[in-house]
Amino acid sequence: MKKKIGVYICHCGGNISDYVDVEKVYAEVRNEKGVALAKITMFACADANQKEMEADIPEKDLDGVVVASCSPQLHLTTFRAVVERAGLNKYDYVHANIREQGSWAHSDNKSGATENAIHVVKAAIAKVRNAESLEPIKISSVKAVAVIGAGVSGMRSAIALAKAGCKVYIIERDHFVGGRVAQWENLFSTNETGEEIIKRLYNDTINNDNITLYTGAQVLSQSGNIGSYRLKVQINPGFVRNSVYSYEMDEAISVCPIKIPDLFNFGFTQRKAIYRNHSGQLPIMAVIDDENCTRCGDCEKVCKDIDFSQQKKEINIEVGSVLVASGFDTYTPKNNEFGYCVIDNVITLPQLKRLVAMSDRHLEYKGNRIKNIAYIYCVGSRQLDGENKYCSRYCCTAAIHTATEIRRKYKEINNYHFTRGVRTYGKQEIYYSEALKMGDVFMQSFDNELPEVLQKGNKTFVKIKDILTEQKELKLQADLVVLVTSMVPRDGISVNDLFKLPKGRDGFLKEIHLKLRPVETVIDGITIAGCCQGPMNLTESVNSALSAATKSYSYVSKGELELEPIIAKVDKEACTWCDACFKACPFDAIIKVEEGFKVFARVSDSICKGCGMCLPVCPKDAIELNSYTNREIEEMIDMLASD
Amino acid sequence: MNEFGRKQAKILVFSTEKISDPAIDMAGLLKQYYPAGVYVISLPCSSAVKPRWILHAYEKGFDGVFIAADGSDCPHDESCTEKTGRIVMQTHEKMKEMNLDPARLRMAAICSVCSEAFVKQMKSFNDYLGNES
Repeated sequence: MKKKIGVYICHCGGNISDYVDVEKVYAEVRNEKGVALAKITMFACADANQKEMEADIPEKDLDGVVVASCSPQLHLTTFRAVVERAGLNKYDYVHANIREQGSWAHSDNKSGATENAIHVVKAAIAKVRNAESLEPIKISSVKAVAVIGAGVSGMRSAIALAKAGCKVYIIERDHFVGGRVAQWENLFSTNETGEEIIKRLYNDTINNDNITLYTGAQVLSQSGNIGSYRLKVQINPGFVRNSVYSYEMDEAISVCPIKIPDLFNFGFTQRKAIYRNHSGQLPIMAVIDDENCTRCGDCEKVCKDIDFSQQKKEINIEVGSVLVASGFDTYTPKNNEFGYCVIDNVITLPQLKRLVAMSDRHLEYKGNRIKNIAYIYCVGSRQLDGENKYCSRYCCTAAIHTATEIRRKYKEINNYHFTRGVRTYGKQEIYYSEALKMGDVFMQSFDNELPEVLQKGNKTFVKIKDILTEQKELKLQADLVVLVTSMVPRDGISVNDLFKLPKGRDGFLKEIHLKLRPVETVIDGITIAGCCQGPMNLTESVNSALSAATKSYSYVSKGELELEPIIAKVDKEACTWCDACFKACPFDAIIKVEEGFKVFARVSDSICKGCGMCLPVCPKDAIELNSYTNREIEEMIDMLASD
Repeated sequence: MNEFGRKQAKILVFSTEKISDPAIDMAGLLKQYYPAGVYVISLPCSSAVKPRWILHAYEKGFDGVFIAADGSDCPHDESCTEKTGRIVMQTHEKMKEMNLDPARLRMAAICSVCSEAFVKQMKSFNDYLGNES
């Protein structure tokens, strides 16, 4: 039993102390049984405090430590490492969550939050008092990573992992790689085109022996845990044999009677049920869209490479970690939101980009030459009433970048920006300044007085009360109104549901901590990269991809992982072998042992996963779980129940 | 007492580190307030809760015990819900023998993103226990 416990109570800036009376918590716990040292700290996780703890432990001869701060999901590992550095066993450390389950959950009730925190800290002290020093268990980890998505983030992380010597399986839902970036032309800040970037990444991907790329593929099911995730992947056929640019294939596409909106061009153009990759997408091939093909057989008659006998395949892969880079969708404005779908010449920014990519000498829309473009910012983001409260971050720069590119390409264009405050942060400010120099006009409205799009006859006007000119009402006749739409979370990603990946308030996948653990999820071994995590520009996506690759690599690089030694143990004196624990164990970790006349159960340390399913079934209460013993749990209950 | 004059109940939640803990943390993060008399003890799996711990909680003064079960998300075994359900049933029997209202023990599956469901459960359980006392 620990007799010299150190307790550190964190303010977390004001995250805890704004709602929990930290001084009161300190006063209540400093004289608890076994507490030799109690301190209040502004940021327990700060280097200075960690060093102080490292000094306190030997100086005060502490044998147990409690830090009362944020969720253990964030800093359990941090403080375990601190006590280890100071010479203690890491299981002599207990974490008390007084932020997520304390100050934040009860910030509507400060006295309740304080009372709650006092009990939680006392319970943690009771737990550490009874804690046993333990040694970690080592398990093998498959040196392979599954990357979900073959956009820029997915391919960049796959290349990094493969270069480090790790086997990588890329699973891409579409038949082509490239994601959103394949749709764009010149990109900030290098002026490389999306096509060039994708081509470079694709070549690096397919030329690396460590990478296996599955396109037209999706994860059907998963089982296992960190170190050994087993994924069942379905690969959908493209129904085309030798995918080359042949006359026959052109003919096959031409005779196909099905026409559907081409989503690559945001519906501006149509494609057939048999179609080729757009420039920017790779590999160069034709595929048949199984969902829309009616199997009329017209293409088969003119092209010998059509093969409807191809079947869906299911493959099983085993990986130590999964990196999710499933990308984003763009916001589709509601009917009549700033005239969208109602007024003819209202389009979105992604549509404008495709329009520019498809137009050469003049910018034309529906047969009309465009001269004045009005850009309306923050459509589908920073909404006062809608669901998307967040700033989509990339759109100001994307709109200004597109506007300046348009000016360069078509000299006669005038750009008018109807903003809610321009947020071209960092180096992106260069573009804002360039747009101003080129003569673009910027206006700004308040959040609650948005610009209006009006149609009079065959003319379209945008009206704004411009706060940059003392709320003067300005009205512009626009040939084209461009809604600068936000990034939104992508729907229908099977791994999100299969792994139950948590989402934040904005609906994007949620990391454990934006700054401290920015690519990890609460699901062990699953990392996230790029815009599936939130709006990012290309540079940020690539940084995130490399970070996620590094994290995933850390799970598999050594071929083994250290797991917590939380395993069951049997009191052989109390056990009479009834086989209830044997039946309850899902891992066959219980072994029947006979020693003379004594028959009892023994737990195999290497097989036990520490689930504890054997505990409640024992009629003699002869099984305990390390770190969750009767004494630890019941003393915690005593403390939580106390007045 | 709460604003309606009902007693604020003391509720012990047996949560699980991988599944329901993230949901409970998220409830705090999203400021989805729930009663301050809710205390959480985390375990690796909801099928590991011993009936004696539940009964100990009542003995020491907890008004209610809630098992935030892993449900079908249990990383250990798909039989988790069934096993946790059996623990609840057995404890209900013991509670009846001890003249304790079995409704003071509740169980519901709380997945890693079920913060709203958790808060709803806590509020309704708190209301029930507050009215009963």
